[in-house]
Amino acid sequence: MSDLAPTQTSNGMLTHLGHILRENPVTALSFGLFAFFVGQALVGQWLVPYDPLATNAAQALQPPSAAHWFGTDQLGRDVFSRVVVATRLDLTISVLAVAISFVFGSVLGAIAGYWGGWLDAVLNRILDTIMAFPLFVLAMGIVAALGNTIENIIYATAIINIPFYARVVRAEVNIRREAGFALAARLSGNSHLRTLAFHIFPNALPPMMVQVSLNMGWAILNAAGLSFVGLGVRPPTPEWGIMVAEGANYIISGHWWVALFPGMWLMLAVFTFNLMGDGLRDLVDPRRRT
Amino acid sequence: MLSVKDLSVAFRTRKGQVDAVRGISFDLAPGETLGIVGESGSGKSVTSYALMRILDAGGRISQGDVSWNGRDLRAASESAMRQVRGREISMIFQNPRAALNPIRKVGHQIEDVLRQHGRATRANAHEKAIEALEAVKIRDAAGRYHAYPFELSGGMCQRVVIALALACGPKLMIADEPTTGLDITTQKAVMDLMGDLIRERGMSAIVITHDLGLAAEYCDRLAVMKDGQIVETGASGDLFANPRHPYTRKLVDATPRPGVNIRDLLPPEIRTPDLPHDVGGRALLEVVDLVKIYPGKSGPVHAVKGINFTIREGQSVGLVGESGCGKSTTSSMLVRLLDPTSGAVVFDGHEIGGIPAERFLRDARRGQIQMVFQDATDSLNPRHNAFDSIAEPLRRLGALRGAALRARVRELAHLTGLPEHLLSRYPHQLSGGQKARVGIARAIALDPKFLILDEPTAALDVSIQAVVLNLLADLRARLGMTYLFVSHDLNVVRLLCDHVIVMQDGQIVEQGPTAAVMDAPTHPYTRELLNSAPKPPAPPAAALTNAAE
Repeated sequence: MSDLAPTQTSNGMLTHLGHILRENPVTALSFGLFAFFVGQALVGQWLVPYDPLATNAAQALQPPSAAHWFGTDQLGRDVFSRVVVATRLDLTISVLAVAISFVFGSVLGAIAGYWGGWLDAVLNRILDTIMAFPLFVLAMGIVAALGNTIENIIYATAIINIPFYARVVRAEVNIRREAGFALAARLSGNSHLRTLAFHIFPNALPPMMVQVSLNMGWAILNAAGLSFVGLGVRPPTPEWGIMVAEGANYIISGHWWVALFPGMWLMLAVFTFNLMGDGLRDLVDPRRRT
Repeated sequence: MLSVKDLSVAFRTRKGQVDAVRGISFDLAPGETLGIVGESGSGKSVTSYALMRILDAGGRISQGDVSWNGRDLRAASESAMRQVRGREISMIFQNPRAALNPIRKVGHQIEDVLRQHGRATRANAHEKAIEALEAVKIRDAAGRYHAYPFELSGGMCQRVVIALALACGPKLMIADEPTTGLDITTQKAVMDLMGDLIRERGMSAIVITHDLGLAAEYCDRLAVMKDGQIVETGASGDLFANPRHPYTRKLVDATPRPGVNIRDLLPPEIRTPDLPHDVGGRALLEVVDLVKIYPGKSGPVHAVKGINFTIREGQSVGLVGESGCGKSTTSSMLVRLLDPTSGAVVFDGHEIGGIPAERFLRDARRGQIQMVFQDATDSLNPRHNAFDSIAEPLRRLGALRGAALRARVRELAHLTGLPEHLLSRYPHQLSGGQKARVGIARAIALDPKFLILDEPTAALDVSIQAVVLNLLADLRARLGMTYLFVSHDLNVVRLLCDHVIVMQDGQIVEQGPTAAVMDAPTHPYTRELLNSAPKPPAPPAAALTNAAE
């Protein structure tokens, strides 16, 4: 936005990020873990020691060893390779789902919060209806009805998350609709739409970032959960949820590693996103930039 | 009775220890009212919290003694303090609505306190609560007993809070900004009531306020605080008439009062000669039978009931009234953010009241009518730095870009006295006065002919108010703007305006030249407003001679 010196602003953002990371070690840890997962998603498939789909009956159900760090599964596939390669799919599903619900939730919530009246009432009732269902069951229903594809998992996860974003944005926009700076923006010649989009909505970003990060972890769990119950990614595609589901059958026979490692990765990913919330909020909050 | 010696309060913050109060000492005699006066951040509220030992986490008394009737309050145990609070020393806070439980009837809240401290039994609590409400002069106390706080006005809520504070017959009452946010007539009623009660019951009181005039009128003795220290103590009249400390002098000078010129508010070393402004004969704005009716849940609300006035080119008109009188609705309609129900707004010879607000945004005259908002903090976007805030109207309506834009923003910053290096700062990094300057720079960016000032100094400390008022006077003379100054403070309006309009209940009750309305008001409401303004003791001699010149 600034006409003063665009390059200075981007530098300012970097130093601001550095400041936030130094200030809070938990945030630094979560950003580090996040980078770790993004790295896996981007280049993981070229770095893993084995083809995640290659079966080897002779090596089935081997415990963790130097050759197979996380052991092998019932078909002799390397669990480590599969866990790492699955990162891309799981992150893609959750990032896209969260992005879709962020965009739609923001638009709906902002409109309801700014204009209010019957628009607000109608929208709120629709959101109430969505939230009246147990959300995971709703997601199962959507995937079952639309078909068992990755896109549909994304849509289902997005739809059940929209109400959370819409609610946060609606509340944040509503309290600022009559704020002095919004009126001042109108006097500067901004239409209602521009005032809402460029002056009021950006102020809702800090709480939204907390919502995004909590939701990311939740979306990963949701996607994995759908696959776990058999509505989602189909075998043999590597995906944390399926791997846990398949591995669960072997826990009883003492082959714990088949389910444990994908489960651990899943937990670590959710943990990372949940911890990132405060850091992300500080990043988009200008009041922190002192 | 109360003796404070060398009291210091420190807060632990992320940036290290902050000393909010630094070694203050004072004594309070029985029956005496002490006023602690200071600007925001001077440590006056923290002092009272320290006396009551209700400091926030992170704050602690780092040194000094507080002795209350021979007892050491600093060393007293928490359970001993609970006995002192309410029963011996009670406190009244700034926002009465927040001090009351919103979901309990006010009568029950008084009963709770009475019974908790053993002042009433189940049998006579109801009766005693009504007595307590009658003591604070609430009419129809038996009826109000059943009211919830939201059903009462701000002044009524403050009376209930006073009733609560007095319920247990305390010997000392501490009032922290008891009338901030109340209308001026309500302020007078509440302060008069407090004064009467304090006298009747022979209590001592500490009144904490930013308003030197108010403190001087109601307190026996004043202590002026600055940066955590008491810079001067003295009897009210003395201190006002003959301030010894330079800071007290600055505060006394900056307090608007009858008989002074706008330049007298500033410290002598930065006073500049008064710039004359010309009032032309041509009418710039004519308001004809303007009406605004809001649809309400219980029938339509008539906010503005057909008002008429004319503002001439170059004139500064004060629009005065208390909350709910329709002055904000009127200014919103004039600035074309709100559509009138009926009536005409003729600006520069053309009717603009009928143009819908959304279409007026793209009207060529949008830049001609601008507004400075009440709360400078609230009116700046927290995500835009000062440069972007000032540049917004220039980008949208002035179509300026690049170097021309930067030059114009720098020019505006210079004009409003905002140091250029502050342009890259965000609102939270600016002080109240600097934010006010950014708001003014933004409003005058497009060279408006007509500027509406909606209580632009209400949220500022008096010394900053003095500077901002003078800035507005300078800008008016230099840029030839016409002002509509909306305010509740008649003393401020007197300083800046040529003409005054007094509104009550959506109607204009009196209008005319400032001197005529202020010195010889014809309407009883105007007289009531004038009487309610705090009357500080005689202004210092220096200011008097200045005004005479």
